[in-house]
Amino acid sequence: MLRLEKRASPSVFWERASPFLAVALTMVAGGIMFWILGKNPFEAIRTIFWDPLFNDQFAAYSRPQLLVKAAPLILIAIGLSLGFRAGIWNIGAEGQYIMGAIFGAAAGLAVYPVESRLIFPVMIVAGAFGGFLWAMIPALLKTVFRTNEILVSLLLVYVAQNILAMMALGALRNPEGGGFPGSRNLSQIPSMANPELVAGTGMHWGVVAAFMAVIAGYILLQRHILGFQIKLAGQAPKAARFAGVSPARLVVMCLGISGVLAGLAGVFEVTGPAGQISIDFNVGYGFTAIIVAFLGRLNPVGILFAGLLMALTYIGGELAQLMLGLPSAAIQAFQGMLLFFLLGTDLLTNFRVRLAKREVA
Amino acid sequence: MFGGIDPALLIAALMVNSVPIMLAATGELVVEKAGVLNLGVEGMMIMGAICGFVTAVVTGNPYFGFVGGALGAVALSAVFGVLTQVLQTNQVATGLALTLFGLGLSSLIGQSYVGIKPPATGDLALGPLADIPFLGVAVFSHDWMVYASILLVAGVWWVLKYSRMGLVLRAVGESHEAAHALGYKVTRIRFLAVLFGGALAGLGGAYVSLVRVPQWTDGITAGAGWIALAIVVFASWKPWRVLAGAYLFGGISVLQLNLQAAGSAIPVEYLSMAPYLITILVLVIMSSGRGKAALAAPACLGQNFHASR
Repeated sequence: MLRLEKRASPSVFWERASPFLAVALTMVAGGIMFWILGKNPFEAIRTIFWDPLFNDQFAAYSRPQLLVKAAPLILIAIGLSLGFRAGIWNIGAEGQYIMGAIFGAAAGLAVYPVESRLIFPVMIVAGAFGGFLWAMIPALLKTVFRTNEILVSLLLVYVAQNILAMMALGALRNPEGGGFPGSRNLSQIPSMANPELVAGTGMHWGVVAAFMAVIAGYILLQRHILGFQIKLAGQAPKAARFAGVSPARLVVMCLGISGVLAGLAGVFEVTGPAGQISIDFNVGYGFTAIIVAFLGRLNPVGILFAGLLMALTYIGGELAQLMLGLPSAAIQAFQGMLLFFLLGTDLLTNFRVRLAKREVA
Repeated sequence: MFGGIDPALLIAALMVNSVPIMLAATGELVVEKAGVLNLGVEGMMIMGAICGFVTAVVTGNPYFGFVGGALGAVALSAVFGVLTQVLQTNQVATGLALTLFGLGLSSLIGQSYVGIKPPATGDLALGPLADIPFLGVAVFSHDWMVYASILLVAGVWWVLKYSRMGLVLRAVGESHEAAHALGYKVTRIRFLAVLFGGALAGLGGAYVSLVRVPQWTDGITAGAGWIALAIVVFASWKPWRVLAGAYLFGGISVLQLNLQAAGSAIPVEYLSMAPYLITILVLVIMSSGRGKAALAAPACLGQNFHASR
């Protein structure tokens, strides 16, 4: 009979090792899923994790994509990880991402066709502000009325999607688009575009922002009093209150920061890779970022690598769709599975698994 | 503005529309009464929707469909049960994982079922009752699930309030340490509660794909699971208020659909975001002031239990 014994302090080894174990277990379970779908599991895993980086034929296209897809995931996940550490669950990043994109695009399109170097920075600020505003709704409801932030932030995603549809069909629709839904193509307007900075790398301003967020997140958690308060509130809420940490301030800060970062991710996406506001330009980065945050162990450096790995599953998934006819939904299930294994293997960090004889209770 | 909307048909549609959230919310209420917060209702519902749909199409029998839907969601809830109860994972994160995984897996299973019509779930023959003017159309001409879901609410209310089983379940949710000291198997009871919640969420999901829509599209539950979670808070963890909450939200979504169909002056997007906004509004009202929903919550809600002795 196996018995669980609580460790006096979390195991440092397993804290580092458990994400790798989880990825390995997901590959096995995912392989079984692909096998059930009638695909060769080894070929499928190789197509997802190896070919995008090293296949002669595809790598040239897919390597730059890695940064393009990882940037929004990392940006959003860094913000979410702060809240998750403090026990503040913002799961509506998808909504904040959409609102960031709408605010950013609207700021730019409002002055069209004026050309100025100032427009792009203004759009970025507007996007960050849009995400911030949308995150402040659950934050203020939580602090003033003690309303559950999990439900409010999630429900606001559906509201944001409706606003997006309204914008794509109405206010932001391209007047020269022949009545088709969707805004002007921002990536083709020089003063609003978020271009590839170094050809062939996929590096755009969003990637730069993601790297900056990783560094800022690291400094915040290691060196700043706010980071200390976040960690304290998560690990020992009572001690935090005695130490004078204001829970309300923490809620506003954590949701505010994650809203700003999600909004930034939205505006960089809509001015670059996505190109325009359309009904379905958002592809669920806000939800996948939750997995990224956990895969990175809520640690900024970990999130950097987790974001790259998750981006790889997106790109590899597309490749597997093309080459093996693997349905795109399989990748979504695969990513969900990864989160299960991550949470499950976390057990090894906090508990010892012991073989024990059954005792009389 | 209400021109062209028949009140009897409106009530009839309301009763049908509120079934999925009523079932899912009743299941989640039992789970939360046992002290477990399962945020994966949306994922379990959509698994119920697709498993129910596939079973019904394959067997040609809608009743098997409901059984299949319940079993599919129970399987998913068992994953949640093992992770949170045995492997001690964080309940919030695991619930989210359940939803993300359920959405992916359901659309994977459902690929070859898009555009198919499921076998029809017939209306229950209530004889002369269905001939009563107004009430006959509004209340007495529905399929059996509509009535079964109301009976289920009544059953859950009775069990929680008057039976020994209900008392033990509530004890586990209010103080797992005390329940454990008295010799109750906290983990086992919670695991069974999670499975029950899964079964009801699955039935609710199957109702969406078999009766309410009835066909399969990706993401067919469209946030109903999250609204069900909100209804549990709205109901202050009381079964009869779940019924009231489900009818309230069923009514709002029916009304907005009718207004859309009637070509109201309000833009479609405002109407379709209304149910979510009103849910938020109700949550705010319930959690502030005298309502203070948090006071009614089971004391051990969301806390993991590990028997160290």
